[in-house]
Amino acid sequence: MAEVPGDCPGTSSAQAGSATACQGCPNQRLCASGAAAGPDPAIEEIKEKMKSVKHKILVLSGKGGVGKSTFSAHLAHGLAEDETKQIALLDVDICGPSIPKMMGLEGEQVHQSGSGWSPVYVEDNLGVMSVGFLLSSPDDAVIWRGPKKNGMIKQFLRDVDWGEIDYLIVDTPPGTSDEHLSIVQYLSAAHIDGAVIITTPQEVSLQDVRKEISFCHKVKLPIIGVVENMSGFICPKCKNESQIFPPTTGGAEKMCQNLNVPLLGKVPLDPQIGKSCDKGQSFLSEVPNSPATASYRNIIQRIQDYFGLHHSQEEKII
Amino acid sequence: RGNLARVQHILLVLSGKGGVGKSTISTELALALRHTGKKVGILDVDLCGPSIPRMLKVQDRDVHQCDSGWVPVFVDQDKSISLMSIGFLLEKPDDAVVWRGPKKNALIKQFISDVAWGELDFLIVDTPPGTSDEHISTVEALRPYKPFGAVLVTTPQAVSVGDVRRELTFCKKTGLRVLGIIENMSGFVCPHCLECTNIFSKGGGEELAKHSGVPFLGCVPLDPQLTQSLEEGRDFIQEFPKSSAFPALASIAQQILDGTS
Ligand SMILES: Nc1ncnc2c1ncn2[C@@H]1O[C@H](COP(=O)(O)OP(=O)(O)OP(=O)(O)O)[C@@H](O)[C@H]1O
Ligand SMILES: Nc1ncnc2c1ncn2[C@@H]1O[C@H](COP(=O)(O)OP(=O)(O)OP(=O)(O)O)[C@@H](O)[C@H]1O
Ligand SMILES: [Mg+2]
Ligand SMILES: [Mg+2]
Ligand SMILES: [Zn+2]
Repeated sequence: MAEVPGDCPGTSSAQAGSATACQGCPNQRLCASGAAAGPDPAIEEIKEKMKSVKHKILVLSGKGGVGKSTFSAHLAHGLAEDETKQIALLDVDICGPSIPKMMGLEGEQVHQSGSGWSPVYVEDNLGVMSVGFLLSSPDDAVIWRGPKKNGMIKQFLRDVDWGEIDYLIVDTPPGTSDEHLSIVQYLSAAHIDGAVIITTPQEVSLQDVRKEISFCHKVKLPIIGVVENMSGFICPKCKNESQIFPPTTGGAEKMCQNLNVPLLGKVPLDPQIGKSCDKGQSFLSEVPNSPATASYRNIIQRIQDYFGLHHSQEEKII
Repeated sequence: RGNLARVQHILLVLSGKGGVGKSTISTELALALRHTGKKVGILDVDLCGPSIPRMLKVQDRDVHQCDSGWVPVFVDQDKSISLMSIGFLLEKPDDAVVWRGPKKNALIKQFISDVAWGELDFLIVDTPPGTSDEHISTVEALRPYKPFGAVLVTTPQAVSVGDVRRELTFCKKTGLRVLGIIENMSGFVCPHCLECTNIFSKGGGEELAKHSGVPFLGCVPLDPQLTQSLEEGRDFIQEFPKSSAFPALASIAQQILDGTS
């Protein structure tokens, strides 16, 4: 991949090829000619590559720290319990990758194979890719502007040797910016099945999540449903419940009603979830009998049902 | 030096991790400094997910234009806290700001040069998580005004501390002084039985501060009264002096004041 200048205005911008940052960039003439403004040829290449991937799910939220990565990791673990299914987990949070740690893969490196990068495997049927596998030390910061992040995402989709996959789960950073636009654009020809949106119960979070739902509508991304995470905490000593992040405006339930999107379920706060994440283990198998595990399993089942349903509808149409 | 000429100290609130309480700390720091008689401005450069307007209950207000640029929104009668946020520029609150880097960078430059802050003791800059466009542009545009430094926020667990380690590297690389690390959401005391549960673990922020030789500014516990008052846009510092998060927040503000005097 050619080195993108830090201030690259983006190939489709009006300044492409003529901005100060474009001086000396190997792609300057191409950009200035306007040729780069057309659809990126990578979109077709990615479509080819993604023919071996049955379902693609994005995990999104407008708000930070609501549990996107935790959910992505556990969705992957949950789906991978069926050994006949092949699962891939792709982390496109380029500046704050959490997936390597949560999957117990910190310090792992990707390997270059003849057909591209090989994912790092947690189990035979669960492969993971993250920018974390490309860093040499835990102090390494990825101080990249948009275009460079986009280049990385393109490589993750086009140049990783994913193989035959039943479910590709994509964990994203918070917001509605470069990473989100890029993943949606690069997968536009390959088709994304839908997005699972994560929120916490309080309005400070919901106000950002409504923006994320607007984003999904804007880019015509179907919404599989919303997960309310960190809803309520049961004290381990007295068993009383506290609303640490109170649903002051009715929580995800009310928002889903208003916006007419399905609520997939609620996951309570459980200190063991954070511990499992820090140790890189699956909470589902570490603490199988907890209420949080039950609700994770319920939600995963609903997502599987979504695919079962849509799949059979597709077959009917054919 | 334009619109920032009469700003004494510029503080950035940063974290590699999302949802750790950057906006909360920015808001409470502003309120605490205001209570010591300081004039404070808040610049919210989280363009995709602005939280501060709601946290200060000014989400329905608009900014106006004047000769020297935008007039920020004043939060209180005596104009001791002023705020600029993209939240004030959106037609509908649920509108998504679907912008790539270059557009975000242009607005941030404008936010830094074109807001008529007037005289301020402190300008607090609230940022989104990460080390990308918003952060690079903000630090670059603020460089001529010599920011006083950055406060880093983390939650105790390793997943968050790991991201904040990377943020420390960002500060080092961009020459931004780290004033200290805050460990937020550190322990929850059950209001029914007073049992303390470390929902997001404990001690990770303090350990990181030690390990990296950076001052540790304190642990702020999980406090439902704090969430609640931010939801309602109330002045937590004035209304809840007996709550569990108050002493830590007040002490952090005091350390910042001591550092600047
Ligand atoms: N239900 C829960 N109970 C307790 N802890 C949780 C729960 N869900 C997530 N966590 C913890 O909260 C922290 C934030 O979760 P996570 O990193 O998954 O959020 P995120 O949305 O991916 O954040 P970012 O926006 O930074 O990518 C993690 O330490 C995780 O272990
Ligand atoms: N110490 C605390 N006790 C209770 N609630 C808290 C505490 N700190 C933050 N919160 C709540 O947690 C949520 C996340 O905090 P906040 O929005 O400040 O995080 P952030 O780092 O700014 O997130 P983002 O990365 O999305 O910008 C908010 O609802 C806030 O009210
Ligand atoms: Mg994450
Ligand atoms: Mg914030
Ligand atoms: Zn209790």
